[in-house]
Amino acid sequence: MKRVRMLSLLLVLLLSIAPLAACHGSRGLDEFIIPEEFDTTRSYEISFWAKNDTNVNQTTIYEQTIADFEALYPNIKVKIQPYTDYGKIYNDVITKIATGDTPNVCITYPDHIATYMTGVNTVVPLDGLFADEKYGLGGSELRFDGPTTEEIIPKFLSECVIEGQHYAMPYMRSTEACYVNKTYVEKLGYELPEVLTWDFVFEVSEAALAQDADGNYLVNGQKTMIPFIYKSTDNMMISMLKQSEADYSTAAGEILLFNDTTEKLLATIAEHAGTRAFSTFSITGYPANFLNAGQCIFAIDSTAGATWMGTKAPLLDIDPSKLVEFETEVMMIPQMEPESPSMISQGPSVCVFNKRDPQEVLASWLFAQYLLTNEVQIAYSQTEGYVPVTSKAQESEVYCDYLSREGEDNRLYYDVKLQAAKLLLENTENTFVTPVFNGSASLRGAAGQLIENVTKSMRRHETVDNAYYETLFHDIRALYRLDQGGATAAGRAELGPMPPMSIALLATLGGAWVVIGICFALDMLKKRKK
Amino acid sequence: MKKLLLLALAAIMALSCVACGPATTDDPSKKSEGVMTYAEYAAAEFDSKVVIEAYVQAKQGHWTDDQGVSKATFYMQDADGAYLLYDMPCSKADYDKMTKGSKLKVTGYKSIWDGEIEIIEATYEFLPGNYVAPVTDVTDKLGTDDLINYMNRFVSFKGMTVEASKDKDGNDVAFLYKWDGSGSEGSDLYFNVSLNGQTYNFVVESYLCGADTDVYKAVKALKIGDKIDLEGYLYWYNTSLNPHITAVKAAD
Repeated sequence: MKRVRMLSLLLVLLLSIAPLAACHGSRGLDEFIIPEEFDTTRSYEISFWAKNDTNVNQTTIYEQTIADFEALYPNIKVKIQPYTDYGKIYNDVITKIATGDTPNVCITYPDHIATYMTGVNTVVPLDGLFADEKYGLGGSELRFDGPTTEEIIPKFLSECVIEGQHYAMPYMRSTEACYVNKTYVEKLGYELPEVLTWDFVFEVSEAALAQDADGNYLVNGQKTMIPFIYKSTDNMMISMLKQSEADYSTAAGEILLFNDTTEKLLATIAEHAGTRAFSTFSITGYPANFLNAGQCIFAIDSTAGATWMGTKAPLLDIDPSKLVEFETEVMMIPQMEPESPSMISQGPSVCVFNKRDPQEVLASWLFAQYLLTNEVQIAYSQTEGYVPVTSKAQESEVYCDYLSREGEDNRLYYDVKLQAAKLLLENTENTFVTPVFNGSASLRGAAGQLIENVTKSMRRHETVDNAYYETLFHDIRALYRLDQGGATAAGRAELGPMPPMSIALLATLGGAWVVIGICFALDMLKKRKK
Repeated sequence: MKKLLLLALAAIMALSCVACGPATTDDPSKKSEGVMTYAEYAAAEFDSKVVIEAYVQAKQGHWTDDQGVSKATFYMQDADGAYLLYDMPCSKADYDKMTKGSKLKVTGYKSIWDGEIEIIEATYEFLPGNYVAPVTDVTDKLGTDDLINYMNRFVSFKGMTVEASKDKDGNDVAFLYKWDGSGSEGSDLYFNVSLNGQTYNFVVESYLCGADTDVYKAVKALKIGDKIDLEGYLYWYNTSLNPHITAVKAAD
C-alpha cells in the first residue's frame, strides 16, 4: 500500500513539475543588456518579417538589402518572411509572443508594438542601442555608413516613442493624398483651390451626380460615378477630428472618440453617402480603379499608393481599354482650416524583438539599422510615394537628383508618385500621429467603423438620427471592446485566441490538480475505512 | 419469391444511392415562402436586403477577424444562377458541415465590390436538400456582354492557349506567384490564356485551391502555348472576368 501511495505522490510531483519546466520563458525574457563586443566568431540566423505593398520592386529591394548586408556580415544570415498586410504580421506576432518564437526584426506600426509590449521584455527598447558608441547609430564598429540619431527626421523618430522610450525606428514615411481628376472638376465648372476643403469636395461630388434620361452621368457619360472615395476610413475620421481640434484619445489611453463632434462629422458624411456622392474602399472598391476608369473624381489614398493613380500609372489594376484620359492633380487631403492644414503621418517602422541570446539581438539590431542606410532608404522610397526617414538620405545628391526629374518617364520618375512624395516632404511639420498605447489599434478600427456603418446605413435607406448614433456608439464600443475600462482592456482582447501550447499547459496544470484531488479523496476514504 | 426479389431490388437501389455520393436530392428551382427567386435577386437593388436559398458549391478561407468573428466565403448556386457569400460569419463547426451541395437559406445585403456582385453581412440556416450544379461551358460567351450574367457560376472554358506572363526580371513565364510575380509557393497563381486573339487573366486562388491541390500543381506545370480546358468559378474583378480556376487539363 505504501508503494501505491509513494507512486501517487511521485506522479503528483511529476505532473506539478512538468508544467513548470514547460513554462520556461512564460515569465518573460530578461532585460536585454548590450554586449561589450559583437561576437563575430559565431553564426547567427535572424528572421525578418517584412511588408511590401504588393509591389515586386519592394520585394527585390529587400532581397538586395539582405544580400548586401550578408556580404558585410558573413556570419549573419537574414531570412525574410514577406507579408502584404500589416494586420497579418500583427496577428502572427501576437501568436508567436505566446510561444516565444517572435521574429528578430519586424516591420510594423507603433500601435501594434504597444500591444506586443504586453509581453515581458518582448520588444527591445532602442535608446541604449541608439547611443552605443560602437554599435549604435553612427557607431565606430559599424561596417556600413548609417545615419546618426540626429540624422533621423526628429518628427518621424518621435512617433516611435512608447511609454517614454523608443521601441522602434521609422523605416519609411508616407501620408495621405487626394488624387483629383482635375479634368472633370473643371468640366463641372469648378476651379481647384490651392488647398481642398471638405465643403468643396462634397459640393463638387454632389454636382457630379447629374444624370441624363438614360441614367448616364453627364460628367463621364458612364453608368458608374462615385465622385469621392476614401481608402482608409480610420484615417478619415482621425484627420477630421484633428482638424476640428476635437477629442479622440488621451496619451494615456482614455477613449474620447465618442463625442458630439464625431456625431456632427458623421452626419455630414451620412448626407453625402445617402446621395452616393461619397463611398469607401471597404464598401465600393479601390479608389485608384474608379479614378483611372473615370468613375471617381476625388480618390484619397496613401502617398504610398501613388504608382496606381492616374492615366499613365505604371501599375494598373483595370482593363487598359477602360482607362480614361484625364489630368491628375495630387493634393493634400481636404481641410477644415486651409491656412493651418494637418494630415496624418503613417508608414512602416521597424522594431527588434528580444531573445535569450544578447548577441543574437545585437545581430538583429545591426540589420535593423542597416535598413536606414542611404542605399536602402532611397531605393525603397522610390518604389512608391514614400519619403526616406533620414535627412542623410533626403539631402543626398542621389535623392535630390531623383526629385528633380519629375515626369521624365512614367516609371521611376512618374510625376504623380514624385508629387506625392513632395507633398509629404513639404508638409512634414503639418503631419500628426495619434497617441500610441495598448489598445490604440482597436480605437483606430473603431473610428473607421463609425464611417463604414453610417455609409452603409444611408445606402440602405435606414433612419440615421440621434437615436441611431447613440446605438452606433454603443455597438462600436462593444465590438472593439472599448467599454471594458478603457484601452488596456481593449489591448488584452486583441491578443486573440489562446495558442494551443498555452491551452496544453493549462490543461496539464488542471490535470495535476485533478490527480492531487483524487489522491486526497482516496486517502480520506482509506482513513474512514480504517 | 416475389417479396425476396423486391427486397433485393430495394437493397440494390439503396446501395447505388449511397455509392453515388452527394447526389442531387432537391429541386434547386423551388423556393420557400418569402425567399427570392434568382430573377428577383438579380433585379434587386444594390444595398437592399435579400433572402435566398441556394446550395454550397465551394468554400474558402475560414478565418477570424480582429473582433474574434469567424467567417468564410462561399460560392452558392441554384438552378438559375449563382451567388457569392462574402465573409459570412460562421463557426468552424458549421463551416466544416457546409460541404458541396449543402442547402442554406441566406439573408444579407446585395452588394457590389469592384465589379463583383456578392451578398455581405449574411446570416444563414441549414435546410434539408442537396444540389451540385453542373458545369456550364461559357467559352463562346468570352468577349460578349452576356458573360457577366454567369458571374459566380461554376463554368468551363475549352481550348484556351496559355500565353506568356512577365516575371519580375522581365522573362516570359507561364504563370506568376501573385499578380506581379512577387509571391512564392503557396501564393495565388496568375496566368494568361487566350482565345481568338483575346487574352484573359485567370487565377488559382490559394484560399480556394492551395498548393497541395491538383489544380495548383497543374498550373505550375503549364507551358506557354499549351492548349487547355479549365473549370472554375466565374469571379469578376473591376471591369472583367477573373475566374477562380479549380481544374485544368490538356484540351480535348
